[in-house]
Amino acid sequence: MSTLREDAAPVEVIKPPGVWTRTRRGRTAILYLLPSIILFGVFVFYPMFRTIYLSFFLTDQRGEAAVFVGLDNYRYLLESAAFLNSAKATILFVLYTVPAGVILALFLALIANEKLKGIGFFRTIYSSTMGVSVAAASVVWLFMFHPSIGMFNRFLALFDIGQIQWLLDPDWALFSVAISTIWMNTGFSFLILLGGLQNINEHLYESAKIDGAGYFYQLRRITLPMLSPTLFFIITISLINAFQSFGQIDILTKGGPAQSTNLIVYSIYREAFVNYQFGTASAQAVFLFLCILVVTILQFRFGERKVHYQ
Amino acid sequence: MTMSLPKKMIFYTLLTISAVVLFFPIAYAFLISFMTGPELMQGRFLPESFHLDNYIKVFDRLPLLNYLLNSFIVSAGVMLGQLAVCSLAAYAFVFIPFKGRDFVFFLFISTMMIPWEATMIPNFFIIQNLNWLNTYQGLTLPFFALAFGTFLLRQHFKTIPKELHEAAQVAGLGPFAFFRRVVLPVSKTSLVTLGAYGFLTTWNMYLWPLLVTTNDSVRTVQIGLKQLQSQEVATDWGVVMAGVIVVIIPTLLLLFLGQKQLQKGLTQGALK
Amino acid sequence: MKKVELIDVSKSYDRQKDVISNINVTIEPGEFFVLVGPSGCGKSTMLRMIAGLEEITGGTLKIGEKTANRLPPSKRDLSMVFQNYALYPHLNVEDNITFGLDVKKVPKAERKKRAHETAEMLGLTDYLKRKPRELSGGQRQRVALARAIVSEAPICLMDEPLSNLDAKLRAHMRSEIRRIQKRLGITMIYVTHDQVEAMTMGDRIMILHDGKIQQVGSPIDIYNHPANPFVATFIGSPPMNLAGADVRKEENVLMLTNGTQIAMPEGSLDEIAEKRVTLGIRPEFLMPPETGIGLPVFEAEVTNVEVLGHETVFSFIAGEGEWTAKWNGQWQIGTGDRIPIAVDTGSACLFSLEDGRLIRKAADRQRAVRKEGAAL
Repeated sequence: MSTLREDAAPVEVIKPPGVWTRTRRGRTAILYLLPSIILFGVFVFYPMFRTIYLSFFLTDQRGEAAVFVGLDNYRYLLESAAFLNSAKATILFVLYTVPAGVILALFLALIANEKLKGIGFFRTIYSSTMGVSVAAASVVWLFMFHPSIGMFNRFLALFDIGQIQWLLDPDWALFSVAISTIWMNTGFSFLILLGGLQNINEHLYESAKIDGAGYFYQLRRITLPMLSPTLFFIITISLINAFQSFGQIDILTKGGPAQSTNLIVYSIYREAFVNYQFGTASAQAVFLFLCILVVTILQFRFGERKVHYQ
Repeated sequence: MTMSLPKKMIFYTLLTISAVVLFFPIAYAFLISFMTGPELMQGRFLPESFHLDNYIKVFDRLPLLNYLLNSFIVSAGVMLGQLAVCSLAAYAFVFIPFKGRDFVFFLFISTMMIPWEATMIPNFFIIQNLNWLNTYQGLTLPFFALAFGTFLLRQHFKTIPKELHEAAQVAGLGPFAFFRRVVLPVSKTSLVTLGAYGFLTTWNMYLWPLLVTTNDSVRTVQIGLKQLQSQEVATDWGVVMAGVIVVIIPTLLLLFLGQKQLQKGLTQGALK
Repeated sequence: MKKVELIDVSKSYDRQKDVISNINVTIEPGEFFVLVGPSGCGKSTMLRMIAGLEEITGGTLKIGEKTANRLPPSKRDLSMVFQNYALYPHLNVEDNITFGLDVKKVPKAERKKRAHETAEMLGLTDYLKRKPRELSGGQRQRVALARAIVSEAPICLMDEPLSNLDAKLRAHMRSEIRRIQKRLGITMIYVTHDQVEAMTMGDRIMILHDGKIQQVGSPIDIYNHPANPFVATFIGSPPMNLAGADVRKEENVLMLTNGTQIAMPEGSLDEIAEKRVTLGIRPEFLMPPETGIGLPVFEAEVTNVEVLGHETVFSFIAGEGEWTAKWNGQWQIGTGDRIPIAVDTGSACLFSLEDGRLIRKAADRQRAVRKEGAAL
């Protein structure tokens, strides 16, 4: 048998690999990750820490920390009516846009998921708002909200209902901005939800049909549970998007009237780049960061457990 | 699957109504872009004729061509940058098992929790201190690294059988050659998805160009729209809408062409 | 052509228990060597260590005369065929075949020539411009094969290359791979879990179980003289029948637990020291009494019958379990019948109960065709 070595020549001893050899893969990996790590470091992590740092200072015009004030910026914000108003507006804005936006997108995705002739055309139409920038959309809506020649008031005039000052009335402005925002976000949410629907296994519906289940029974017992991860993802994204809204405010209302649409990002922008109060602006940014953090943590915590993953 | 006729009718009705409502603002803007001031005042819905006066005017009043070119350069730049940076990182995550991978991965995830708007103040000063205001690099470089894009590509790279990697090793292909000659060509579809996504979002970006452009040299179309709107608002809405249509046509085209692809790719990247 | 030598090779993950231990074997130049074993026995790991895709944690691997433990896969002068073929989906058949040559900077004309020759050999000439997804399973398999051949590496490794093919194609490819290997004279190391592949293809086969070598040898040798009960049941289909038996030297019989007595050939138990052994006998050596004239006969109750046309396979109760017999032709046997069965006791193997060692070899039953008869 050749398993036995006839001439048992001394076998050379093979040394265990050294540190240099053992870390070779790690060094290669770093090379590939370096661009990302540097960019994240410079444009994400450093600015984040710098923001937190600045929030404890009064700053000069060039954004340099001047006087350490501890938590004074935060105290000032929590006592400032303007900030509290901005926080309230932001929360209201989130409540207006997120549920309605997700339900609208879900409705569109459901009707566009049927296998009908020409469905591709409808899908394209529904996703089209994703191709319209915030600035362009805001300009269009600005015109539609125009008090005298805008589409909405003309429509109301047809029924002899009095005009509404959509963007100029403090009671209506936030609502109007919310409607235009829902429209802007529909395309993206629709696209993602449609993708989620199409990932659901066809056999589930076939077997439900054999059992004689109707459309709404299937919707409740198959579609929604199976779609829950996508739905949850899109809710999170919509929440984060709502917190970050800026362009529509800048073009439609500039935060007014009477500060009623002064959402947090717009408030940060004004505080920093109009009033040059970088310290308090940073403190507001930290609040924004905390809000987003809570939403993301909720997504990980709550999402992993409650949501049905395939 | 076949559907009964009444059911079909219900669906077509719902689909049509929704399509009309949803597409109305875009169609409306398109129609208005052909109207003159008096036509608008009359409250007409259809323009008298489809003449291009407003389009000529908008290119007159703004360096719109310049802005379009800037937007194109910036969007294409971010797109290419993102593709390069994200695909390199995704490759390391999938094909190079190294110590500390979980930690680096966590770092990437954590960038998703930091909203861009919360860090814009220091970022503005970084760009200012680099003397990068009103430059293309100031507009593009901060967006090259993207956690979402890395995950999207990672998701696709993971579907490449590991035997392909091993076969390449036996053939004598180094890591970078494998990346360039096998991984990238095989992942064409998700690269296209990420590219389209990157182009679209950059083209539509508003806040950052507003901050870092102070003159017309590299200003993008979105800021152009704001300028146009604040100049023209009282007088000539037709011109403003012509500007809007010019700005959204490239992205709408991109979306119409790549809708299916984008939908598939984004769903994949979004859900692990 | 090169030999491959494994000296005390072992493998462990994270310094835990060895998944492969103390492998010593020399694979000769030009040999078709088959590694076979049940799934999880370590055969693929061993192949991947030879390829350089897994680190060797102990021992020495020599390829040719060179120690190869630290060499990267591409420096080991070998080619490899994977179970899922690992074809590059974005390249057409020709580019897939020449991919490795391209990497090695072989000039273009030469590349083309070799690709066409290889494609010819494997009947792929008409498919050179197609993408892998436009090919059938069998054609993909051939492309994978072509890619290995075209490299002209002296050693070829194959990891279950036929397991994704249907049975008919598999039988065909078995002989084709074998034919090509002989023609090119390459050293082949072939991993499979299929004992039929091992038996029909290998010059020698190595049976692995739990990361340890069970036996190395020529297929027929292993079939006739399995080193232990594991090998005995792994090689051959249906497997060798096994039963515990008491040795009764004075009467020269083996007694199974259910009382069945099997008379052994005169003197065959003389050198057995054990009181109890494991008796092993292949199904074809349990015969109908009229064929096995002069052989000891016992009666047993039939539990299951399968008539296959050219042969009849049935099981019956023997000892503590069931045995299987294989009779030529079609037999009308019913479940529950008690029938007489003749045993070719000369072909029985005996294994030690303690360590499973083979303690009595079966008689050699090889036959030769008489040449004069063939000349007529």
